[in-house]
Amino acid sequence: MDATLLLMQGLNGLQLGVMLFLMAAGLTLVFGVMNLINLSHGSLYMMGAYLAASLQQQTGSFLWAILLAVPATLAVGMVVEVVTLRKLYDRDHLDQVLATYGLILFFNELVRMVWGPQARFMALPEALSHSVVLFPGMRYPAYRLVIIGVGLGVGGLLFWLIHHTRLGMLIRAGASNREMVNALGVNIKVLYTVVFGLGAALAGLAGMMAGPILSIEVGMGEPVLILAFIVVVIGGIGSIKGAFVAAVLVGLVDTFGRVLLPAGVSSMSICILMAGMLCWRPKGLFPAHG
Amino acid sequence: MKRPLPILLFGLLLLVPLCGEVFYTRLFSRIMIHAIFAISLDLMLGYGGMVSFGHAAFFGAGAYTVGILSLHGVSSALIVWPAAVGVAALLALPIGALSLRTSGAYFIMITLAFAQIVYYFAFGLESCGGSDGMRLATRNTVGGWAGLAGHTVYYHVVWGCLLAVFLGCRRLVGSRFGFVIGGIRQNEARMGSLGYAPFGYKLTCFVIAASIAGLAGALIANEALYVSPSFLHWTQSGHVLVMVILGGMGTLLGPILGAMALLLTEEVLSSFTEHWMIVLGPSLIVVVLYARRGLISLLPGRREARADAS
Amino acid sequence: MKRTGLGILAVAAWVLSSGLPCHAADAIKIGYIATMSGPGASLGTDILDGFKLGIKHCGDKLGGLPVEVIVGDDQLKPEIGVQVATRMLEKDKVDMVTGIVFSNVMMAVAKPITDQGVFLISANAGPSPLAGAQCLPNLFTVSWQNDQTHEAMGKYLQDKGVKRLYLMAPDYQAGKDAMAGFKHSFKGEIVAEVFTKINQPDYAAELAQLRAAKPDAVFCFYPGGMGINFIKQYAQAGLKEEIPLYTTAFTLDQSVLQAMGDAALGLMNASFWSPDLDNPVNKKFVADFKAAYGRLPSLFAAQGYDAALLIDSGVRAVGGNLNEKDKLRDAFKKADFQSVRGKFKFNNNHFPIQDFYIRQVVKNEEGVLTNKIVAKAFTDHADAYCDQCPMK
Repeated sequence: MDATLLLMQGLNGLQLGVMLFLMAAGLTLVFGVMNLINLSHGSLYMMGAYLAASLQQQTGSFLWAILLAVPATLAVGMVVEVVTLRKLYDRDHLDQVLATYGLILFFNELVRMVWGPQARFMALPEALSHSVVLFPGMRYPAYRLVIIGVGLGVGGLLFWLIHHTRLGMLIRAGASNREMVNALGVNIKVLYTVVFGLGAALAGLAGMMAGPILSIEVGMGEPVLILAFIVVVIGGIGSIKGAFVAAVLVGLVDTFGRVLLPAGVSSMSICILMAGMLCWRPKGLFPAHG
Repeated sequence: MKRPLPILLFGLLLLVPLCGEVFYTRLFSRIMIHAIFAISLDLMLGYGGMVSFGHAAFFGAGAYTVGILSLHGVSSALIVWPAAVGVAALLALPIGALSLRTSGAYFIMITLAFAQIVYYFAFGLESCGGSDGMRLATRNTVGGWAGLAGHTVYYHVVWGCLLAVFLGCRRLVGSRFGFVIGGIRQNEARMGSLGYAPFGYKLTCFVIAASIAGLAGALIANEALYVSPSFLHWTQSGHVLVMVILGGMGTLLGPILGAMALLLTEEVLSSFTEHWMIVLGPSLIVVVLYARRGLISLLPGRREARADAS
Repeated sequence: MKRTGLGILAVAAWVLSSGLPCHAADAIKIGYIATMSGPGASLGTDILDGFKLGIKHCGDKLGGLPVEVIVGDDQLKPEIGVQVATRMLEKDKVDMVTGIVFSNVMMAVAKPITDQGVFLISANAGPSPLAGAQCLPNLFTVSWQNDQTHEAMGKYLQDKGVKRLYLMAPDYQAGKDAMAGFKHSFKGEIVAEVFTKINQPDYAAELAQLRAAKPDAVFCFYPGGMGINFIKQYAQAGLKEEIPLYTTAFTLDQSVLQAMGDAALGLMNASFWSPDLDNPVNKKFVADFKAAYGRLPSLFAAQGYDAALLIDSGVRAVGGNLNEKDKLRDAFKKADFQSVRGKFKFNNNHFPIQDFYIRQVVKNEEGVLTNKIVAKAFTDHADAYCDQCPMK
């Protein structure tokens, strides 16, 4: 493999990692702060993609579709939280698994009934549908560069939010001591709903960004969900930094594994990575709680 | 008699073949096989406190043992079924030893990772038809007798296996081993300081659970006369997890009820509408929200029977 | 205690009561087994729509008998397929079974169904073992043998004189069969044969390798959602203008074209059928399908339609007497019906001998993406396995 190709595959790995980070960030927040295992995170990803595809059809604009679909998935997430998940925070993890598994079935079927069984289409914005020449002999799809940019931007924003704002302080405090936050006169219920909505919006955003590249279809969330869980666990539950490092790691390992290893082995590469990581660091790379 | 409920249940199950419809005999064979599978998971989950999301690996290992041995002309159940149990146990030993380094959500994910590795291995197994899987020509025989091919006979064999697993597990959880493993679930440090090495007990529990799952796998391969990677898929692990939680974990009757409830509901709903999942999904949520300890808690006088009464 | 017992009995009674056989005289019961839920359900729905239209065109009857279609969902799991088949055979007592989208389900249910003396009309899956040594007298495949379509594209590219070819498919049985089938008829240089992970969403890494290998052309097989991902990304990477891409109908069919958008425009694919095939049956089928369902039919819908017409012809030939199995089998074998693909006949293994075309993706006058025939690859093409089948 020559240097150009190597660099190209590195970019591909980074781009995949950044997409995974958008998914994993919301998952790890909800997991770390509310101690909730949310299997339906992939359904929110799917909802994001479907909503954006429909809105693009209505408005004819990619940007408008994103701008409207993000708050829409935020709202969907908040409704789900208020109606069902709120009752599950003090429950056993297994009860959460069962209930959110129920949500997956519900959302998959709902989408199939509303949008039909055929896959949906989401067009690339005209300005981004070409390849950019990064330097002579190396072209890269413009849209994928945008994904990398959006992912890094959102990552930075999240860092700032968690470490430098009052909301972030409450989130961090809520993760370690719920009663204390309550005693500060903060309505923990509202805080949780907001955090869940934020996670949902991030998942939705990941779905929307994936929309023009991928087929928008029922069940598109599940494979990504598994990968996102892998990222969360490798990174350490509750850690945004861990999620970012792990996401890029997974993206790179998957990409280079696919290129360098025979098909049968490369399918297992991520699982081997996770198993190895956890044998080495049983609480992930950056354990959030000691 | 102190335990009328299991007797009633097993008695009723004996009635199923009497209705004379092959379909119900086979459906309930499948249900009982899944009940065995679910009990084995519950042994780890409800009693041992180990949440595995990769239990299908052992189920599939049992099924593939049947398939691979049949390719080599070995068809006696007396060899094949113990082999299936043994293969599952051998597979569980390293997986369990490595996975038990972690706990909680990390344990869930590492078991999933190992199961996926096994899944992809079976997926690429050309001699067993790769992703398509392979058809078995006949059921296993017993000392040259091919009677298991009859669905009613086979039903009774499965019934016997379920009863044996049920009684065996009841003895196990009532034994000293059962108390230690329960103690480890509730407070690992304390049991450690009492001189019980938690790792050894947990690994033993993991391996026993896996071998029972291997038996269930051998049984399902014989029931469907088909071996396919779908037995190993992570959704299969999720499915059996749902059965256990739905029925009520930490009990031995719960998983049986859970397997029955889930598979019957799927069967009945899916014959009414192709959109059956939109009914099943919310029903699961309702069960979680309003039957906190699974379906078994809805039965009268069952609350105290749960392993952790806390 | 009593309450529990009663509860269990009530459940048992409820389940059993739904199973009382009610076998109305002079009607035909058809079991339709396909993947109808979850991801992978769109083909099952498409075939069923075509099948229902076929029944409608036969006067809401098949072979003069009123029809009852019982739909079963195999959930894309072979063992569930066996369970559904058992229900249809034992409880519903169906006269025939059709549908069957995926090869793995087909391999699991074909023998149990046909062993009961029930006819199985495959409307999609055509795995090679069932075309060869394991062929079954009561199985009729109205679609194709899995390899055939790929052989057609291999022949076309061979004739075209393409030298260095790059092959790509998902790493599962159908993907391997597709590549094997293609190589039956393509004899040029294979630069690389790449198998990707099943249901892989992103192909950026593989496409970068592909570009670096500089082949003359690419042949790929990516059915369903995988194909949508692959084709979109192939175009977005700017490869469509650089290296010609060839594939088969499964990757570029009507059911996925709209989700690909312009990325698919102009691409070539092989198929036994096309919406613009010029015969009266096909014209009526396409027009009425569009009127009934508001979309153009896919080749899967066409297969479902032909399955209905085949059943109609067989049942008609035996005068509705479904117990005359041997006569019915002979009648099916004759395939005395007007297929949407024009002429149609069965080989000794009960798989079709048919023509294959090369189609190109175009926009029709309403701006909808669809396929148009540009060449013929094979005339009266038989599959590669029929010699291994002992049936005459």
